[in-house]
Amino acid sequence: MSDSGYADTQPRMGFFTDTSVCIGCKACEVACKEWNLVPASGSSGDGGMDLLGLSYDNTGDLGANSWRHVAFIEQQVPASRVDNLGMPTIGAPEQEDEAGVRWLMSSDVCKHCTHAACLDVCPTGALFRTEFDTVVVQPDICNGCGYCVPACPYGVIEKREDDGRAFKCTLCYDRIGDGLEPACAKACPTDSIQYGELDVLRQRAEQRKQELHADGVTEARLYGENPDDGVGGTGAFFLLLDEPEVYGLPPDPVVTTRDLPGMWRRAGAAALGVAAAVVASFVGARR
Amino acid sequence: MAECHPVGFQWVMEAKNRGAKVIHVDPRFTRTSALSHEHVALRAGSDIAFLGGLINYVLSNGKEFRDYIVAYTNAGAILREDFADTEDLDGLFSGFDPETGRYDVTTWAYEGADPAPAAGNRELWVHPDEEHGGEHHGCSARAESYGSGGANVHAKPSIDATLEHPRCVFQVLKRHYARYTPEVVADICGVSTRQFLDVAEAITANSGRRRTTAWVYSVGWTHHTVGVQYIRAASILQLLLGNIGRPGGGILALRGHASIQGSTDIPTLFNILPGYIPMPQAHQHLDLDTFVGLDAGSTGFWGNMRSYTVSLLKAWWGEHATEENDFRFSHLPRLTGDHGTYQTVYNQLAGKCKGYFLVGENPAVGSANGKLQRLGMANLDWLVVRDMRLIESATFWQDGPEIATGELASEEIGTEVFFLPAASHVEKDGSFTNTQRLLQWHHKAVEPPGDARSDLWFYYHLGRIILRKVRESTDPRDLPLRELTWSYPTHGPTDEPDAESVLAEINGSGPEGPLPSYTKLADDGSTSSGCWIYCGVYADGVNHAANRVPGSKQDWVAPRWAWAWPSNRRILYNRASADPEGRPWSERKRYVWWDAEKGRWVSPDVPDFEATKPPDYEPPEGAKAQDALSGTDPFIMQTDGKGWLFAPAGLTDGPLPTHYEPHESPVDNPLYGQQASPGRQTFGGEHNRYNPVGSDVYPYAFTTYRLTEHHTAGGMSRELPYLSELQPEFFCEVSPELAEETGLEHGGWATIISARTAIEARVLVTERMKPLRVRGKTIHQVGLPYHWGPNGLSTGDSANDLLSVVLDPNVHIQEAKAATCDIRPGRRPRGSALPELVREYQRRAGIEGSEA
Repeated sequence: MSDSGYADTQPRMGFFTDTSVCIGCKACEVACKEWNLVPASGSSGDGGMDLLGLSYDNTGDLGANSWRHVAFIEQQVPASRVDNLGMPTIGAPEQEDEAGVRWLMSSDVCKHCTHAACLDVCPTGALFRTEFDTVVVQPDICNGCGYCVPACPYGVIEKREDDGRAFKCTLCYDRIGDGLEPACAKACPTDSIQYGELDVLRQRAEQRKQELHADGVTEARLYGENPDDGVGGTGAFFLLLDEPEVYGLPPDPVVTTRDLPGMWRRAGAAALGVAAAVVASFVGARR
Repeated sequence: MAECHPVGFQWVMEAKNRGAKVIHVDPRFTRTSALSHEHVALRAGSDIAFLGGLINYVLSNGKEFRDYIVAYTNAGAILREDFADTEDLDGLFSGFDPETGRYDVTTWAYEGADPAPAAGNRELWVHPDEEHGGEHHGCSARAESYGSGGANVHAKPSIDATLEHPRCVFQVLKRHYARYTPEVVADICGVSTRQFLDVAEAITANSGRRRTTAWVYSVGWTHHTVGVQYIRAASILQLLLGNIGRPGGGILALRGHASIQGSTDIPTLFNILPGYIPMPQAHQHLDLDTFVGLDAGSTGFWGNMRSYTVSLLKAWWGEHATEENDFRFSHLPRLTGDHGTYQTVYNQLAGKCKGYFLVGENPAVGSANGKLQRLGMANLDWLVVRDMRLIESATFWQDGPEIATGELASEEIGTEVFFLPAASHVEKDGSFTNTQRLLQWHHKAVEPPGDARSDLWFYYHLGRIILRKVRESTDPRDLPLRELTWSYPTHGPTDEPDAESVLAEINGSGPEGPLPSYTKLADDGSTSSGCWIYCGVYADGVNHAANRVPGSKQDWVAPRWAWAWPSNRRILYNRASADPEGRPWSERKRYVWWDAEKGRWVSPDVPDFEATKPPDYEPPEGAKAQDALSGTDPFIMQTDGKGWLFAPAGLTDGPLPTHYEPHESPVDNPLYGQQASPGRQTFGGEHNRYNPVGSDVYPYAFTTYRLTEHHTAGGMSRELPYLSELQPEFFCEVSPELAEETGLEHGGWATIISARTAIEARVLVTERMKPLRVRGKTIHQVGLPYHWGPNGLSTGDSANDLLSVVLDPNVHIQEAKAATCDIRPGRRPRGSALPELVREYQRRAGIEGSEA
């Protein structure tokens, strides 16, 4: 049995998003919406057609209508760091002032956690774990209770305002079962989004990180690849070039249902204690 | 490239992954910059200074690939004694006539060369054309006809192989660029000398026998009054470094959109016929012999121009084209002047152009000076718009900016607009020709919706109906129509013509059926071909454009993926990848070599050379066409077989690229008294006034560009929710320093003003924009993506409305990438207050009432 509960009949599938080669084209966002018939933002009156002023990001965050989201982060980088990173420099007023600019781009997505809180709290069974160890909402079962929304430590899943039900990335459950890769990975021109067996992807990611370190990009680090982290590792993990917070990712995510068993145990113990006290009081009363 | 060609950029990323160094030279910090090793931010419009600096670096440090340039370029050619350089004439070459604003190019020729008979006839090309009020700039050198080869020089020059002769091209080049030092580059471009030298060292270290460097450009280089000279400057640099005709080298043009290469090969341009055969001129090309005699290079492969032309005439007029009637050469239309886009707009304004077809083009948004475009279209009798959506060029008469300002009134516009819905590329069969000259076939995936039809359907049936109307005509002017070959099989409920049958006609055929190669074309009427350079795409009756053998299942040159013109050749002029004796310059860059045993050239590609012409071949006296080129002449389309460091013919505005400032520039030209390109094509009129140079009224530089999320003038993206939401409205990009200087707020509104109009945009303040230090001044640049107009889901003002019409004289392309403006916070005025604001600025700049 794997940690997520499935027998090892089918390898766990996932995404490795290598942000060091992301060119911010947003083809993943569009391909995802095309394949999954996700409504355009703004079509349900959520103001999605606004210029957000977040660099070239006008999607803002992941949500019911955005299952892929490309973040754009503009940073000023001191000259020495620019050289070390092999990142571009830009001319400046005095032309000998070498302060540089770095523009990070990263395509975010549902993490398909090993320990998925959304799934834990779903009372209807609409959220389920597939044979690929991915986490999927079944819209025909979802009753719109919304418990999953605060349960997600990444803020991924969301209720669609004009619909009431919760939606998120399915890792293209209807494609991968037919041996196709998910739409976003298929559309990605630079292979920033890679789909495959999670074990293979983790090895590849480690190798890529080592290569970048050897090239002087010492800031490269993996995010979500560790099975010992607070969510048991994610099915969709990342190579980042800065701290996770810079990309809007929680630095140390913990499955929000982690403490539930303990809480239930304590609650159970407390209940037993209360029951015992009650029994004792009755026993005492008859005396 | 990542910004506008993200799919192609995957190969840059792959090269980077294999160790290639990627340098991005661009005024903007784009998505390409973000992924490059180095971004060089230079001032918009200063690239020739930058490239000239690199040329100077190569020449003054002895970094040129000496063996390559001695053998394969005209470096040793001796120029005439009366040639004078810009160094001698303060920014002008010899032959400039200030009265006409044009060059007499006689003195640019090689010494001893018959001074270009073409030049002797040039005045004939400049035929006064009162009927069409034509400007005639650019007619004389005919640069646009050289898409597949160079101009005629009609003689091999005398050569000094030591390159020491003071009048040899190499020495002239050295003197011409001597002043383009790193310090001058820094002063003009705003690039630090250290960064400039980094680039210079990187490209020279990565060129030579064992390594090659490629340059990739797009409209950031072509949209200038000196656009052609930008590319020439890159050509000189690449020739000096030995990076042409070799794997990993070249100058790669990224096209403005899909199949732009195809639409010059099979041209939508007024001055060329298919395969870059020039369009005949009235009063000059009276018959085929004169036409071929004047324009065909007698040496090199253009020496076969008669075969290409006769085969084209046979493709168009079939059995009616015979030896006796000059193959119906007289049926071809003749040029009487400039019929380029912008001259046509002026002809519309003057009431001389009455009808207009717009096919997949949205000039109300996409062309420079949108107001002129709209005023021109408002002055037509009829306008046909074929597009997928109701673009601004189809609706300008009801909701264009001039309706809002009161400059136009719907009820007073007489233009009858016909809107015909068009099928998209997934709704029809056809081919795309990409920048690598690769023809790739696409098959129809779905039927077009409703009344939408393919362009092929439209033109075929339009032609068919016109032919029916003239069938009984006895008017001689209808004869070219009545004799036209216009028979294609059709299929389906809409009678869609068979696209492959058109491809077969373009390929051409002879007595034995489909032709395998353009070398089989004859001048006796026995062959036909609709476009000689495409001959072979349908060899053996097979559509080779549809070849789709994956790269993993063939060798690395991948000849079985689609088909490249000419003759499925993947790298042009690849003879230059071997040394004069025919051996690869290095094992690492092995591509084409001479196999003495087999007596032929061998390559994984198709050698761009006669297969059995040995390296030691010397042409006999009086040889013609390709026979006149030696075994060491790789540039087989040139009359002298050499790569031209110096252009002795073919350009209107100078034989060597020279730094001139953009027409509208915030600074002076430190190199010469001549401020801007002397040959640039200017236009007049109250709606096309120009901002003065160094004006305090329009103090900022701006450049226009595209974003990944939208497509050109927006017709294919602003109506689509999934694309519109990604970039929902028009914005401008400014540096924090400029925002502070002008009071602009991030997320707020800005009004941007030029002498043409004022537009408004949301403001993005970004560190990616940096002020530059140029000529001792701080120069701020404003970035303006140009996709928007009033129609669709994602809307905004049109950045191109700010631009003036001022053109490159060789190819009549507008200067869209460098101009000046003012910017201030807040939204622009509405109604008649808008033109009043523009006039107020004009008054302050002292240009009100100027007619340029």
